[in-house]
Amino acid sequence: MRKLALSDRILMSVDKPARYIGNEWNSVMKEKSDVKIRFALCFPDVYEIGMSHLGIQILYNMYNQRPDIWCERVYSPWTDLDQIMRERNIPLFAVESQDPVKEFDFLGITIQYEMCYTNILQILDLSQIPLHACDRTEEDPIVIGGGPCTYNPEPLADFFDLFYIGEGEVANLALMDLYLEYKEQNAGRQEFLRRAAKLPGIYVPSLYRVSYHEDGTISAFTPLCGEAPEQVRKVIETELDDAYYPDNPVVPFIKVTQDRLVLEIQRGCIRGCRFCQAGMVYRPVRERSLSWLKEKASKMLKSTGHEEISLSSLSSSDFSQLEELIRFLIEEIGEKKINISLPSLRIDAFSLDVMRRIQDVKKSSLTFAPEAGTQRLRDVINKGLTQEDILTGAAAAFEGGWNKVKLYFMLGLPSETEEDMEGIAALSNEVARVYYDTVPKEKRNGRVQVTASSSFFIPKPFTPFQWASMLEAEEYLERARVVNHAMKEQLNRKSLNYQWHSPETTIIEGVLARGDRRVGAVIEAAYRNGCIYDAWTESFHYDKWMEAFAAVGLDYHFYTSRTRSLDEIFPWDFIDTGVTREFLKREWKRAQEGRVTPNCRAGCAGCGAKTFGGGVCYETEN
Amino acid sequence: MKLRIKFAKSGCMKLIGHLDIMRYFQKTIRRAGIDIAYSEGFSPHQIMSFAAPLGVGLESQGEYLDIQVHSASSSRQMAAELNRVMTEGIEVRSVRRLPEDGRNAMSIVAAADYFLRFENGCPPEFDAFMAQENISVLKKTKKNKILLDIRPLIYDFRREETGIFLKLAAGSVNNLKPELVMEAFFSWLGEAWDPFCCQICRLELYAWAGGGKPEGDAAPEQKPVSADSFISLEELGESIDDAE
Ligand code: SF4
Repeated sequence: MRKLALSDRILMSVDKPARYIGNEWNSVMKEKSDVKIRFALCFPDVYEIGMSHLGIQILYNMYNQRPDIWCERVYSPWTDLDQIMRERNIPLFAVESQDPVKEFDFLGITIQYEMCYTNILQILDLSQIPLHACDRTEEDPIVIGGGPCTYNPEPLADFFDLFYIGEGEVANLALMDLYLEYKEQNAGRQEFLRRAAKLPGIYVPSLYRVSYHEDGTISAFTPLCGEAPEQVRKVIETELDDAYYPDNPVVPFIKVTQDRLVLEIQRGCIRGCRFCQAGMVYRPVRERSLSWLKEKASKMLKSTGHEEISLSSLSSSDFSQLEELIRFLIEEIGEKKINISLPSLRIDAFSLDVMRRIQDVKKSSLTFAPEAGTQRLRDVINKGLTQEDILTGAAAAFEGGWNKVKLYFMLGLPSETEEDMEGIAALSNEVARVYYDTVPKEKRNGRVQVTASSSFFIPKPFTPFQWASMLEAEEYLERARVVNHAMKEQLNRKSLNYQWHSPETTIIEGVLARGDRRVGAVIEAAYRNGCIYDAWTESFHYDKWMEAFAAVGLDYHFYTSRTRSLDEIFPWDFIDTGVTREFLKREWKRAQEGRVTPNCRAGCAGCGAKTFGGGVCYETEN
Repeated sequence: MKLRIKFAKSGCMKLIGHLDIMRYFQKTIRRAGIDIAYSEGFSPHQIMSFAAPLGVGLESQGEYLDIQVHSASSSRQMAAELNRVMTEGIEVRSVRRLPEDGRNAMSIVAAADYFLRFENGCPPEFDAFMAQENISVLKKTKKNKILLDIRPLIYDFRREETGIFLKLAAGSVNNLKPELVMEAFFSWLGEAWDPFCCQICRLELYAWAGGGKPEGDAAPEQKPVSADSFISLEELGESIDDAE
C-alpha cells in the first residue's frame, strides 16, 4: 500500500483530506523504476476546480499511454494545508506516488486564468523549486506552462523554462522524445531548452531579449540564438476525431465543480465577438463527428460510472449536428438513468423542447448573454443577438412555463455611453414585460424573476479590443451604479435583480492579461506579500497588490487606462495564432464604426486561420 | 429484490467521508453493471441505503449497504464484478439477498464490534477502568450537557497485546462511539486522549437476534446481553448460489 506524504494527524486536521490522497478510480499507478520520465501535471487551484478541467484529463491520459512516462497530478494545497506545509517544510507532492514534485523531470502547469498567477508561485515555492527559471539547476524539473493564458505568457516569463503554445495533444510527446535524447547525451539544461525552442509551438522566454522605449512601450523583441524563432506559431489539431481523447477520465471521490462527464463537441467559435479571446485564439472551428461523439459518450460513461454527462464547447448551438446528438443523448443515454446537462443554447423551439424533457421547468432558468444593453453597442462588439431574438425566445419560454431568466452583460466596453448602461435595465424590464404580456394572470406562477449580472470588460490579447483602454476601479463602480439606479426606475422593478462583479479584481486581471515581463516582479511581490488564491473573493487582497506595484515601482495605469497606438509592439506579438494582426486591426476599426462582421459560416472574413488547413474554413469546399 | 452488500474500508479510503462513500458506491454500481432500481423524477437516484455512517479516519471490516435491484446474478459473481471496479482500500466481502420482508440495515443496527490498535501497546489499566460499576461521561446534546453512564452500553471488551476489542451499542437509539470510551478512559487515567495514538477499526455490525422484531428500539439496558443476543447483518441475508 502507498505511503501518504502527509500524516493522519495532518490530513485529519485539514478540510477535505481527499484532495491530497490520490487513489481515485482511473488514476494511473506505475512503477518508478519502469519509467524514464516523471511528469507532474499541475492545475494551480484547489483540487475541486482542477479536477473539473477537461484539458488535464486529456493530457494525463495521453502521457500515461506511453509506457516510459508516468504522469501524475498536482493541485494547489488549500490555505489550511499551505500553512502547515510552510511551517513544517513539507515539500509539495504529486497525488499518485505522493513523491515530492522536485524529484520529477517535468512540472507542467496549465494556466487557465490570470487570477491564478500567484498560485503558480505557491506551487513552485512549496515544491522547493527556485521561482526564477534562471536559478534552476540540473536537479530541478523543467517547468512548462500551457493553456489559454500562454497567449500572453510575458508576465510569467521569468518563472517558466518554456511555454507550450497551442493544443497540448499535438507536440507534447515530441518534446518528451527530445528530452529523452538530451538525458541520454547528458547535454545540460540550457542545451535542452535551445533544442526545444526549435519545436513547433515551443517558446523559451530566456532565449529572447526585450528592449523598451523611454515611454515604456516595447521597442524590440529579439531572439538571442539561432534556435529561437522570431515568431512562435500555435499548434493545433486539424482533425479533432484523430486527436487524443481519454476513454477513462479520473473519477474523484469528493464532489468537484464539474461533477460529471464532459464531452467536447467542437473547438473554436464561428461568431467572432470582438471581446472574446477564446473565440479568436481557438480558430478555426473544428467539429467532432457524430459517430465519434456517440462512441466516446458510451465508453466514458461505462468506464467512469458517472451519472451525468455535459457537452462542452463555445457557442454549442452552432454545432452542426446538435439536434441529432441531443436526440441520441436523451433517447439512448437518458434511458440508462443518466442526467444530461446542457450548455446554454440559443432559445428556440428545439432547445425549449429539449430542456422540457430533461429538466424541471419550474426550477430551471433561461440564459441569455446579450453582453451589452443597446443594439448599437452589440454591433460594436459584434454580438449577433438582437433584442427581438431575446424577447421572442423569452416569450416562447414563458408560454412553456418558465419564469426565471438570467441575463449576462459587460460594463466598460469601448464606446459605452450612459444610454448603453441604462439599456441593460431597459432590456431586463422588457423581458419582464413580455412575461406579463404573454402569460395570463391565472396561469402565472408568481412573479417573473429576471436576474441581470454584469462583469467588467477586460481587453485581452489577440482580440480586436487588444488596443482598448480600461477604466479606473471607481469608474467601473460608477457605471454599475448607473445600471442599478436605472433598474430601480423600471416599471417591473420588483421582478428585476441586478448583480455586479468586483472592479478591483478587474484591474488586476487587466494588468496581468496585457502585461509585459516587468509585471513578473509585481506578481512576485504580491505573492511575497501573502497573495494566493486571488480568484477567490475571500482571499483576494487588492491592497496587497497595490503595495506590490508601489514596491516594484510600476504604475498599473500603463497597463490599464493608457491609450495604445495602432502600431505599438505588444508583448505577445511574437506569437502567431493564425489570426493576423491586420484582421484584428480591421475588426477594431469596424467596431469603432459600429459595423458587424458576419460569422465564419455566413461568410469568411479572411482572419488568417485558414492557413491551418482545416475546420470551418474548408466546409463549403467539401 | 433487495441485496445487502458488505464491504471493508482501509488505507487512505478511511479519509473518505460517509457522503462521498455513498457517491462512490453509486458510481461503482454503475461501473459494475448491477441492475439497480431507480427512483422516479427528473434526476432519478439509485435505491440504496447504508447501515451506519463510519467516522472519517476509522477503518472497517464490516460496512453494509442495502440496494434494490431488478435482477441479480450469483453472490459470488456480483462481488467479483464489484471488486473489479473498486479502488484500493475498498473491498466487497459479500453480496446477499434479503428476505422480502427484511428491514433495511439502517433501522436494525444494535451493536458494533471495534478493534483499537495502539501504536505503542495498549495501556494495561484498561481492565481496571472497565471494572468500575459505572462510567460517567459528559455528553453534549444540541441544547445542553448530560451525564451519561456508558458502562451498560459496553457489551463486551477484551484487552489484547496490540490493542482493545470492544462490543458497543450502536444504531439510532443508543449509539456509543469508541472514541468516547477512550476519552473516558484517558481522563480516568488523568491523561489527555490523543486520537492518533490508536487506529480504530470497526469489525462488524449487528442486529438483535430473534426474528427481525423491532427489538432494537427497546432500551438495551433492560435486556440481558450475551454473545447470542446479536446476529451480524450479513447473516440476515442469504447467499445466491451460482446455479440459481
Ligand atoms: S479564415 Fe474565414 S472561415 Fe476560417 S476562421 Fe477565419 S474568418 Fe472563419
